[in-house]
Amino acid sequence: MPTSLFKSFAIPRFTLPAFVSAVGNRLPQWPHALVLTAGLNAALKMKLLPEDSLTLLEGRTFLVDVQDTGGRAAFTYRDGLFRPLFTLPPTPDLAFAANLSAFLQLALRQEDPDTLFFNRELSIEGDTELGLVVKNMLDAVEWPSLPSLPVFHRKAADY
Amino acid sequence: MLHNKLPELVCPAGSLPALRAAVDNGADTVYFGYKNDTNARNFAGLNFDHKAMVEGIHYAQTRGKQVLMAINTFPQPGREAEWQRAVDGAADLGVDAVILADIGLLDYACKRHPGLRLHLSVQGSATSYEAVNFAHREFGVKRAVLPRVLTLAQVELVIKNTPIEIEVFGFGSLCVMNEGRCWLSSYATGESPNTVGACSPAKFVKWEKSPGQMSTRLNGILIDRYGDGEAAGYPTLCKGRFEVNGETYYALEEPTSLNVLEILPEIARIGVSAIKVEGRQRSPTYVAQVTRTLRAALDELAKGATEFKVKPAWQAELGKVSEGVQATLGAYNRPWR
Repeated sequence: MPTSLFKSFAIPRFTLPAFVSAVGNRLPQWPHALVLTAGLNAALKMKLLPEDSLTLLEGRTFLVDVQDTGGRAAFTYRDGLFRPLFTLPPTPDLAFAANLSAFLQLALRQEDPDTLFFNRELSIEGDTELGLVVKNMLDAVEWPSLPSLPVFHRKAADY
Repeated sequence: MLHNKLPELVCPAGSLPALRAAVDNGADTVYFGYKNDTNARNFAGLNFDHKAMVEGIHYAQTRGKQVLMAINTFPQPGREAEWQRAVDGAADLGVDAVILADIGLLDYACKRHPGLRLHLSVQGSATSYEAVNFAHREFGVKRAVLPRVLTLAQVELVIKNTPIEIEVFGFGSLCVMNEGRCWLSSYATGESPNTVGACSPAKFVKWEKSPGQMSTRLNGILIDRYGDGEAAGYPTLCKGRFEVNGETYYALEEPTSLNVLEILPEIARIGVSAIKVEGRQRSPTYVAQVTRTLRAALDELAKGATEFKVKPAWQAELGKVSEGVQATLGAYNRPWR
């Protein structure tokens, strides 16, 4: 999320050493999904995500694969909330895979997803149209500054 | 100093953040479209609803920038009223001009909204001054966007023989550029920019990964296969590699981007009124990167054409966001006609 905090901060392109993913692969994967869905639900609560796009996500499964950390997060969207999936779906409806630096560059709007895709730094598999819905939904979000996001003021018990 | 006016910088907006990015980074004008098939970037989740349009127009116009609305697909049989309502909506919203391609719609717009400024879309496929002047004479069109098939000398010929403004493309992805007349996407999928507002719609696209390579299919047709680390392009038929007479190569067109930085002084000298950036389907980040680079180049040009030099940093920024491994001058410098 672009914030005043990060405005002067550029994420370089980097790849973490292989042992990181070797270790990461052995760690439980559900905490990633928990953090990710918490963030998405915070955006939902603030009505940052457009309704017409959200209805297209209903019941679909998503996988975010951070290749160089070995971290994977699976989640779905059901009845108005993003929900973590504690077992990874064998064939998710949509899967994004990239290294951590690429995901950070995307999150901070430092790089364009098509640019990363052309350069083969981001891969998209599954339902391509669903991928476009997600990409365009995130592009259309007008992010407030980070400290005002409710996720930073909420207790873990809320989830 | 330049003798001619500096060309206006026209930038794409697929979302409100993209529109703000264009305005904040030095666009003179932004263009956008409705969330439906009345424009040629009708992609899932992209474009503006009424509320976002009102907000976007306010943001741009209060900062002295102009807003154009693209209604540049062709009305489909029995649904003509939907395109007419789009034009009515644009007039009500108070956009600075509409970009139209269809002759019937141009006729409707000039009769129904005589005060509404009309631009002829690149999809209108007017490549000669006769075609441009026809649109001016019959519908009062004030500006034409030229298809990307003309050399610089041909663009100059059009400008010398028309009273209206001429807009050309300055940056963005290239295709076969048979604009407004291309049916390759329909050949593969039954849908094309002219009919549904999208080339190679995403629902027909599959990216398949296997060890060491990625394959792209459009409605089952293998478009291309990339090795790991090999640059990828948009999944259109015109940018695929096909086997022809036993040889596999880009039989139609390579994935390439247009970049006119090098010939910017020439473009201004021949009297081009506006330079358009392609890419409403891209993110706010792309819009910011391309807009600020072209703004810097145009500002440099304003200081004098003879001293103008393309800065390596501009080329690096534009090279990074380009589709394909090369950026070219497109048809502008082709020796053949």
